[in-house]
Amino acid sequence: MSKVKVAILGSGNIGTDLMIKLGRSDVLELTAVIGIDPESDGLRRARELGYTAIDSGVDGFLKQPELADIVFDATSAKAHLYNAKVLQEAGKKVIDMTPAAIGPYVCAAVNMDEHLDKDNINLITCGGQATIPMVHAVNRVAPVEYAEIVATISSLSAGPGTRANIDEFTETTSRAIEKVGGAKKGKAIIILNPAEPPILMRDTIYTLVEEGKMDEEAIRKSIQDMTDVVQSYVPGYRLRTEPFFDGNLVTIFVEVEGAGDYLPKYAGNLDIMTAAGVKVAEEFAKNVLAKQTV
Amino acid sequence: MTKQRDILLTEVALRDGSHAIAHQFTVDQVLDVTKALNDANVPYIEVSHGDGLAGSSVQYGLSKTNEMELIEAAASVADKSKIAVLLLPGIGTLNELKEAAGLGAKMARIATHVTEADVSPQHIAYAKELGMETVGFLMMAHMAPVEKLVEQAKLMESYGADTVYVVDSAGYLLPDQVRERVRALKQSIGVNVGFHAHNNLSLAMANTLAAIEEGATRIDGSVRCLGAGAGNTQTEVLVAVLERMGIETGVDLYKMMDLAEDIVAPILQSPQEITKDSLTLGYAGVYSSFALHAKRAAKKFDIDSRDILIELGKRRVVGGQEDMIVDVAAEIAAKKEKVLS
Repeated sequence: MSKVKVAILGSGNIGTDLMIKLGRSDVLELTAVIGIDPESDGLRRARELGYTAIDSGVDGFLKQPELADIVFDATSAKAHLYNAKVLQEAGKKVIDMTPAAIGPYVCAAVNMDEHLDKDNINLITCGGQATIPMVHAVNRVAPVEYAEIVATISSLSAGPGTRANIDEFTETTSRAIEKVGGAKKGKAIIILNPAEPPILMRDTIYTLVEEGKMDEEAIRKSIQDMTDVVQSYVPGYRLRTEPFFDGNLVTIFVEVEGAGDYLPKYAGNLDIMTAAGVKVAEEFAKNVLAKQTV
Repeated sequence: MTKQRDILLTEVALRDGSHAIAHQFTVDQVLDVTKALNDANVPYIEVSHGDGLAGSSVQYGLSKTNEMELIEAAASVADKSKIAVLLLPGIGTLNELKEAAGLGAKMARIATHVTEADVSPQHIAYAKELGMETVGFLMMAHMAPVEKLVEQAKLMESYGADTVYVVDSAGYLLPDQVRERVRALKQSIGVNVGFHAHNNLSLAMANTLAAIEEGATRIDGSVRCLGAGAGNTQTEVLVAVLERMGIETGVDLYKMMDLAEDIVAPILQSPQEITKDSLTLGYAGVYSSFALHAKRAAKKFDIDSRDILIELGKRRVVGGQEDMIVDVAAEIAAKKEKVLS
């Protein structure tokens, strides 16, 4: 089967974890990793694994644009503004892993199919990838008036970018709970826990369903089905316990253990982002390949 | 005329006390309490949801009244006192800070877990931009070694905090531990040092005096102990004690006593005391606002709330992780079930 060529922009934690995951893909062929620091661990590993390592940023990549049709942007929201513009001009599809959110929000388990034709899609936040599937799971069987999510992650897994712009997490996730999850109103909270050994990512999802629309059996089944879907691309995603029902409130407890590719297993929050990125890119690629065979 | 104050008090009943009454403050209550505190010449009055701006949630408890209405009401009757707000990055955002400042809040207290100060630079800088006085509020100060606390306080100072607080959110610290923390901060940062106590081990007053002896000049209290857990250092008592020690707070003792008795006491569903739950918070080192949530979970699962709190302490749960309470309670109940069957 032919593969679609991809490149990774950004050689930090996310970019390097993506590199390891992409090495296993049946439909994506990683060709290049693009950074700005030739000495970075990410670029060093890329060279070791035989990928083209570009240390002159997006402009360096654009000198050899034939290297990839899909580019993951794992830099920063600020850098993405420029990257998105030049990559679009070069006709590349971009999967935005930063909080810049120029393109539509995509949650891999929920609304990917609607956006396969877009040039630039945004992967929301780690909390969004972990919780919006559950909001949607409830909402598709019992309309959700209000959804609130609490994401607790280990301090070690929250990088300087997240920390300096923590409002971006709460605001982006809240909006996506509404736009993608389908809740009429969304709210997001993030907590950093410094315990040693580091904790796995935990997410609690509260959904208030419309008066008179509670259907426990249907909600339980929908939650289970959705868990299976997310697990298909994030093996460490699981329910911590059965959902709780109390009046019209459904509380869902989720835990995410990472695959331990480049990032440690506790960093489920980073793993779910990179896994979602690969999943979305694979769907893009299948879509492109299907068109080519027609 | 106000005399020179040696210590600047912040009354936290209208924020920390929100926990104790499950976030049910009304505009009238806030108006009455603020008027009286203003009249008693209390320099700062904190008004927010217990978990800070935007804390109203299923996770922490929904506010009966939108906190912005409460802040606006308080600011409207405080012509001497300044209104302060609390904000925990990760819960509240710059938007709420801006709104609160627009309604008359003059001081922003930006709270993080003791090891996570670097989530606060945006909020401290923005509060400054809005013309507010800024406080860095290092919560759960017992959970980090002194050197770590110093490092984090320096970060907050570098972001522009005018004051950095040692916050004993669990009411766990012993007087010597408070002493070494405040002393270390006094030696290493140039801005004011503050201290916030909880009375879960009946040490709030002793700890506050230790902090003051080591040079803390910003002190929190809650009138009638209206704060989370067993409440904070009781403000009216602190005013009396400091007066006897010759330390000037500028606060009118008689007026404080009157408002405690006549205005604040009736707000409390039951008087604040050190119950077995609040004692367990202090003993196990658990965030004080967990008390009521643990009590409810214990009832629901028919288990001892102390077992929940002790387990949460063992797991080193931090402030804000109220969702762990039900989780842990369910686990304990399941284990109990297993043993019985």
